[in-house]
Amino acid sequence: MLDNNQLLRFTTAGSVDDGKSTLIGRLLYDSKSIFEDQLEAIENTSKKKGHEGVDLALFTDGLRDEREQGITIDVAYRYFTTPKRKFIIADTPGHIQYTRNMVTGASTANVATILIDARHGVIEQTKRHAFIASLLQIPHIIVCVNKMDLVDFSEEVFNNIVSEFEEVSSKMLVKDVRFIPMSALLGDNVVNKSENMPWYQGAPMLHTLETMHISSDINKVDTRFPVQTVIRPQREGFIDYRGYAGRVASGILRKGDDVTVMPSGFTSKVKSINFYDKELEEAYAPMSVSITLEDDIDISRGDMIVRTNNKPEPSQDIEVMLCWLNNSSAKPRAKYTIKHTSNDQKAMIKEVVYKYDISTLERNNEDGDLTMNDIAKVKIRTTKPLMIDPYRENRTTGSIILVDDTTNETVAAGMIV
Amino acid sequence: MSKYYLNYLDELESEAIFVLREVWAQFENPVILFSGGKDSILITHLAKKAFYPAKIPFPLMHVDTGHNFPETIQFRDDIIKELGAQLIVGSVQESIDEGRVAEEKGKNATRNALQITTLLDAIEANKIDCAIGGGRRDEEKARAKERFFSHRDDFGQWDPKNQRPELWNIFNGKHFEGEHFRAFPISNWTEMDVWNYIKRENIAIPSLYFAHEREVVWRQDSWIPNSEFLVLEDHEEVVTKKIRFRTLGDITITGGVESDADTLEKIAAEVAGMRNTERGNRSDDKRSESAMEDRKRQGYF
Repeated sequence: MLDNNQLLRFTTAGSVDDGKSTLIGRLLYDSKSIFEDQLEAIENTSKKKGHEGVDLALFTDGLRDEREQGITIDVAYRYFTTPKRKFIIADTPGHIQYTRNMVTGASTANVATILIDARHGVIEQTKRHAFIASLLQIPHIIVCVNKMDLVDFSEEVFNNIVSEFEEVSSKMLVKDVRFIPMSALLGDNVVNKSENMPWYQGAPMLHTLETMHISSDINKVDTRFPVQTVIRPQREGFIDYRGYAGRVASGILRKGDDVTVMPSGFTSKVKSINFYDKELEEAYAPMSVSITLEDDIDISRGDMIVRTNNKPEPSQDIEVMLCWLNNSSAKPRAKYTIKHTSNDQKAMIKEVVYKYDISTLERNNEDGDLTMNDIAKVKIRTTKPLMIDPYRENRTTGSIILVDDTTNETVAAGMIV
Repeated sequence: MSKYYLNYLDELESEAIFVLREVWAQFENPVILFSGGKDSILITHLAKKAFYPAKIPFPLMHVDTGHNFPETIQFRDDIIKELGAQLIVGSVQESIDEGRVAEEKGKNATRNALQITTLLDAIEANKIDCAIGGGRRDEEKARAKERFFSHRDDFGQWDPKNQRPELWNIFNGKHFEGEHFRAFPISNWTEMDVWNYIKRENIAIPSLYFAHEREVVWRQDSWIPNSEFLVLEDHEEVVTKKIRFRTLGDITITGGVESDADTLEKIAAEVAGMRNTERGNRSDDKRSESAMEDRKRQGYF
């Protein structure tokens, strides 16, 4: 593996019927990422269950209940590496009752893969998966038109599905969509190029994943540095050292930059950027560093250091696309802890503006109750200002979660509009 | 291509450091679970980087089964001295002596499951609210579902079906008195990533990981080291082989593989060509298909 190899995170949503597990199994198997003892364990279980051949779905389902029921309930993470990249798959269930798991898996992904059964074309579930990818602003989408072997590898079928999908996605905010006709079962266009579909000029799935440009996925313009903790060594040689530790959320921070500390508004200059015992000239997302400033300012966790000429909007009233994650529904005017970068405040849901019907994706203004898997636009009021950016511009400073103080559970995830 | 991107190892490192700093910021009394194995050594190394120039702010906690490789204990004591960190030891032998647990019987008896009680007792006695572990999602199928911040109830139990959703990099460590968290900063690393990083950073690891001559017994498809704790079966024979260990745990259940890899470069090359998972040599995971899940539910590492 080369030193400049990047990490690419992608999400898959779907059920066994879509061939999702077969696709993942194929990717892992053909890229030689399944170990022999894992394969042996799956072969044994397949035999015990009376399956013919090896059921690769067993490889992707981890918990006992999932194996018994033959479904993926939670998000499972899978790893594989090729000579070009390291990959993390967030493997999620596809059914409507697991929307929250899909949202979770999508939150960190560079690429969403959407599976379509070539026999059925674009169905309700496809639209929902595309909607989630657009809602979570996954920068790239690969539409895998699977089971092409069952439609005689027909170019016409494929082209029709492409147009159907484009009609759906034209109403959504998606940037980069690619379509690949494949048969995960036979291996066509997954790792190896299909000989059955000479009419397809594009690359197979793995090559697409390996070469896709992802360096621009992170916002490199708006410099945001949420302070996680303050490092005060109190030891010889570093008596006056006060380092602000954090991970650059977006943009680039350079030594000598004029910066403002939010929300206090104090200004200073970056004196040094440190990583371990090294001093750096600049730091960019997603680097974890610690920085020191020229002036002695009171800074603590929850503060954000930004460039003076490019500041986020401090706001107590925010509009959010909220996905409700918890079994117990939202309580009207109840207080929650809102977590935004390293900042915790109290918040109240003031109003549900509209809710999506997640089977039809239509807006519904009547029903204001938020229950599990609901996606709704809401108005939130916080006790103190948050330093926010719109989610479509910044996935880190544009995202929040809500925590129920009576259970401490994470009950909702939100994207700032 | 723009120069403003990280390679995969730098990105994994940055992610782990971010998680360690979140642990420090969100908990009162966090510790690193230190076994002397490569993953906990890696965590310790990352913690050193995360808080430099301050000293590593976490005590190291070792759950001592009493069946140790002497090399591991030596390594542990050296690292404690070098870091100036505090060491907390939870002793399985003491748990047995106090009647908290009973030694397993039979030929495959180990102290593996007994560690759970000792670990949970030590967490309670030391009022620990977060135990940082070196668990990785690629290790085992139950671990593939782990969160970075993983909640444990006041009995120390994991409820895999009722985990808190974890989105973006916002971690929720809120908990009630008596509950605790496990944090897994290297969740997204694979065995290969760990070795590549150890090689790159030239991190010191116990000599057991390098190929060496050792008295061993062939048992459950791997070479189990001969030790005072090992009870030989009639058909078993002690032989001397050149082996190395891929994981380090209790000496009675940690199997070695035959190897000539005596440098980090050779180990990394060997791991790259391996066709079996590292836990494949751990007899604790071979008991049943859900062995790990069952132990994790009860409070295992």
